[in-house]
Amino acid sequence: MRNVIAVFRKELRTYFFSPLIYIVGAAFLALCGYFFYTDLLHFVTFGFGVNIMENFWQLMFLDIRKFLLFCVPFITMGLFAAERHLGTIELLLTYPLRDGEIFLGKFCAAVVAVMALLAPTLLYPFYLHSVQPYPLLPVVAGYVGLLLLSVAFVSCGIFISALTESQVVAGVVTGGILFSLWAVSWNEAAVNPETLQVLRAISMFDHFHGFAVGVVDLRDVAYFVFTVLLFSHLTFRALEARTWRGRR
Amino acid sequence: MIEVRELTKYFGKIRAVDRVSFSIRRGEVVGLLGPNGSGKTTLMRILTGFFPPTSGEAFVGGCDVQRDSLGVRRRLGYVPEHVVLYPELPVSRFLAFVADVKGIERSRQRARVEEVIAECGLESMERRLIGKLSRGYRQRVAIAQALLSEPEVLILDEPTVGLDPRQTVEIRSLIRGLGGARTILLSTHILTEVSLLCGRVIIVDGGRIVAEDTAAALSQRIEGVSRTLIRVDGPPDMVAAAVRALGEIERVEPAAESPSDTSRGGSAFVVVSKEGESVRREIAALVVRHGWGLLEVRALEPTLEELFVRLLGAEQRTGADA
Repeated sequence: MRNVIAVFRKELRTYFFSPLIYIVGAAFLALCGYFFYTDLLHFVTFGFGVNIMENFWQLMFLDIRKFLLFCVPFITMGLFAAERHLGTIELLLTYPLRDGEIFLGKFCAAVVAVMALLAPTLLYPFYLHSVQPYPLLPVVAGYVGLLLLSVAFVSCGIFISALTESQVVAGVVTGGILFSLWAVSWNEAAVNPETLQVLRAISMFDHFHGFAVGVVDLRDVAYFVFTVLLFSHLTFRALEARTWRGRR
Repeated sequence: MIEVRELTKYFGKIRAVDRVSFSIRRGEVVGLLGPNGSGKTTLMRILTGFFPPTSGEAFVGGCDVQRDSLGVRRRLGYVPEHVVLYPELPVSRFLAFVADVKGIERSRQRARVEEVIAECGLESMERRLIGKLSRGYRQRVAIAQALLSEPEVLILDEPTVGLDPRQTVEIRSLIRGLGGARTILLSTHILTEVSLLCGRVIIVDGGRIVAEDTAAALSQRIEGVSRTLIRVDGPPDMVAAAVRALGEIERVEPAAESPSDTSRGGSAFVVVSKEGESVRREIAALVVRHGWGLLEVRALEPTLEELFVRLLGAEQRTGADA
């Protein structure tokens, strides 16, 4: 546990003492702010100010989800790729640390970094509530969904980062995979209904949709937990690769 | 303290380390000498538990590098080659992180970090970002992180490569100060470094051990032959012939020279002989006798290439005898 915290603290320090996270954060919050404004306008003009969950928060959560997809790869891309590139991986792996401790420390740090991006958006529900009170619990469900989605994104990003030495490659591939997991169920006309069922089950974004309308479905939670476990497992295998390469 | 038996490592079809065996006792300082690509780094990475060997076994401080990798990693300090460390961390913050992961108790951490900072001469750099340090200081930080847990075994991979001459001298004296209680294995391709720092030398080439000897015995082997550079202002053919006629001379050959050397005038020769000092004396007297001008007489430092040629040559000869 102590080792996990040590790695975690080192990663956080690396995040918050370099400019990248502030640039990504600024872009993320600027986009969120702009869409908060336009979605609110939409709600007032076309939603006639009724059913705030359906006509406003749903749109807002689906927009935040899109921006997360663009921002998370920037946060996860360096986790292992930078260590490989710098050569510090050789130090890290020869310290008395288990692979799991290194993974967990980095994973938690990345999740905290993403939460730091999301945290300022909490201003919106509270601001709206102060203008006109409405039930907050469904919004909480939406944020639970965003959190699960972020954790799943991070687990995917950390896995890709463990495969390569190049941060750019790690970032682009992570973005590509996350985008694919969103886009698989887009074109309903292109596939037959059975296949669409399967694609919907895979699609990370379809599983998010319930949360966006304020519904926490255990099947969706299970999907995200499974995704995180799968990518974590793959990351371990990727780190282990050094121990079986060169065997015969 | 370090025990290596029949260690072999393949990367695909390339055999990087080939049935290497040696052992190092507690407190010994051993140099791993060899040209680039001879398997030094691979060998060290196996010993540090970075990756396992293809076959064979290795023990550090009594722990098997494969079965008890964590135990090995707790017992050693490692300075990899060309390590950049974390550029965005300040020196003291980085060392605190290492102290944490190396399991130094919280209450002792600060004191211990300050100790190694003093030991490695980093006091003035404590708060600087590692990325802003010069190479020499970065190497000190790398050595400091290896020393933090007071390890029994230190493994240093090419600790002076890429440093300027002053930094090299400083790092060497730092390493010399580390010997004594600690067992040190350091790799290098610089011959003088070995004789300066190490009690014993293991010479590797092509992944195999070519020779293993004390530094003293090794330098004796090299001293069996001495090379002298002479630059004489006189007719080249006559000079060469006259020198060749002196006793105890093995060979006289024209020296390979760079343009800046030829501008110094005269003609230069490399004289190979059993003994150096008396030959230099005789050559000086000879040149004066003939009324030529003696521009330069210099004993040439033995090079790693020469040592290899001699060692490999000797091995092939004994091979042929058998």
